[in-house]
Amino acid sequence: MITIKNLRKSFGDTEVLKGIDAEFYRGKINLIIGQSGSGKTVFLKSLIGLHVPNSGEIYFDDKNSLDLNSKEKKLLRMNIGMVFQGSALYDSMTVEENVMFPLRMFTDKSNDEMLVRVQEVLKRVNLKGSNDKYPSELSGGMQKRVAIARAISMKPRFLFCDEPNSGLDPKTAIVIDNLLKEITEENNITTIINTHDMNSVMEIGDNIIFLKDGVKKWNGSKEEMFVTDNEAIVDFVYSSELFRKIKGLYK
Amino acid sequence: MAYIESIGKYFLLLKEVFRKPEKTKVYIDLYFREIEDLGLSSFGLVAFFSFFIGAVVSLQMAFNMGDNPFIANYYIALSTRESIILEFSPTIISIILAGKVGSYIASSIGAMRVTEQIDALEVMGVNSISYLIAPKVAAAVTFFPLLVMSSMVLGIFGGWFASVFSGVVSTTEYVIGLQMSFKPFYVVYALIKTVFFAFVIATIPAYFGYYVKGGSLEVGRSATKAVVWTTVAIILINYVLTQLLLV
Repeated sequence: MITIKNLRKSFGDTEVLKGIDAEFYRGKINLIIGQSGSGKTVFLKSLIGLHVPNSGEIYFDDKNSLDLNSKEKKLLRMNIGMVFQGSALYDSMTVEENVMFPLRMFTDKSNDEMLVRVQEVLKRVNLKGSNDKYPSELSGGMQKRVAIARAISMKPRFLFCDEPNSGLDPKTAIVIDNLLKEITEENNITTIINTHDMNSVMEIGDNIIFLKDGVKKWNGSKEEMFVTDNEAIVDFVYSSELFRKIKGLYK
Repeated sequence: MAYIESIGKYFLLLKEVFRKPEKTKVYIDLYFREIEDLGLSSFGLVAFFSFFIGAVVSLQMAFNMGDNPFIANYYIALSTRESIILEFSPTIISIILAGKVGSYIASSIGAMRVTEQIDALEVMGVNSISYLIAPKVAAAVTFFPLLVMSSMVLGIFGGWFASVFSGVVSTTEYVIGLQMSFKPFYVVYALIKTVFFAFVIATIPAYFGYYVKGGSLEVGRSATKAVVWTTVAIILINYVLTQLLLV
């Protein structure tokens, strides 16, 4: 579980996160949704340590990550998997080398042991037989699978995904969504996904946090989202014709 | 003010470069890969430049001294040797390497920055500065002196080839000139310079690549800036070291 208390982040005079409180649950898909520019990416990057917040607390289980020393931070990071928006695969490495990279850097496993783990995770993301391919030889969906495989290769307790569906067709996006949900439930990990894709919300959203202008405006499940009167989220969710029709069906 | 900030950031980056590696074995593998990427792949270019510049230097010396009855022919070889050992091989070859290797380092690290590959390293807990830059520094500092030594040999050989085959000097005269008043410290001086140049060739472009912001256009600009500032640094270091070591 991850608990956030009064998280603030500014860049110069611009305050991007304005005191966010949130809870992300273990074994669930936790979604951060909001319009572009709402602070989603800064929020996610603050959680994983790529941005240092100006104030606030970030508890991974019971430890505030902002109070950890460098050794403890390193240990925590070994328990974090991250899937970046553009996959961020190392383009000079093959699929196998990409997935093996964290194992090579942080474990004392033999090459054979690492290979077994690589095969295991590649099979899990349905990517067997692509070991020797380079990222540039893969489709967007396959690159996302490799990124997921790399993120889970160390058996993390926390999985973060920044817009995992961006640039994918709706069918592939659903496959990736379901893969993330299955992995979350199988391994009982805390998964946080940053998205503005309402299909993902419908498909996998267990716990949804809605951000607007750096403020948490709403929090709840997808079922609650369709019956809430909260103006901010109603305005966001029903901005498309499709969802206005769905709301009609729900009623 | 921005320049001072950049210099400060550069030295802070250097501090991170020399942090203890996460896993020595991985860094050793990277070191050998960088020797191939930065050093061995540059050998052909260095050999080509050295041979022909050596040839041109010896012909120009012959042209300048040729008609003077008070200057012996072997001075052509002596002056070619001194030009190549003291300045051409360490400095000009380093400037050429700053262009080739520097732009490669800046653009490859810059591309990793804009595609979030560096963020991916950081999230995993890898010291991205040390991981990306330390093996390059080690490879440049250890391998560039070998490139420069081979450049000296090839430059002098190029000088012999051009001057002997154009008939301005005989092989015997050339060999006498090469041996005359030879000071081994000049080679040491050249290699000391090369080590300093290699260090800036690996670190200044890495700095520009690491801190690039934006997209592919900015990566290209950072590579250009990296080459310009590395060349400026080489010229300045060359002057300071020459003052300290030779005067």
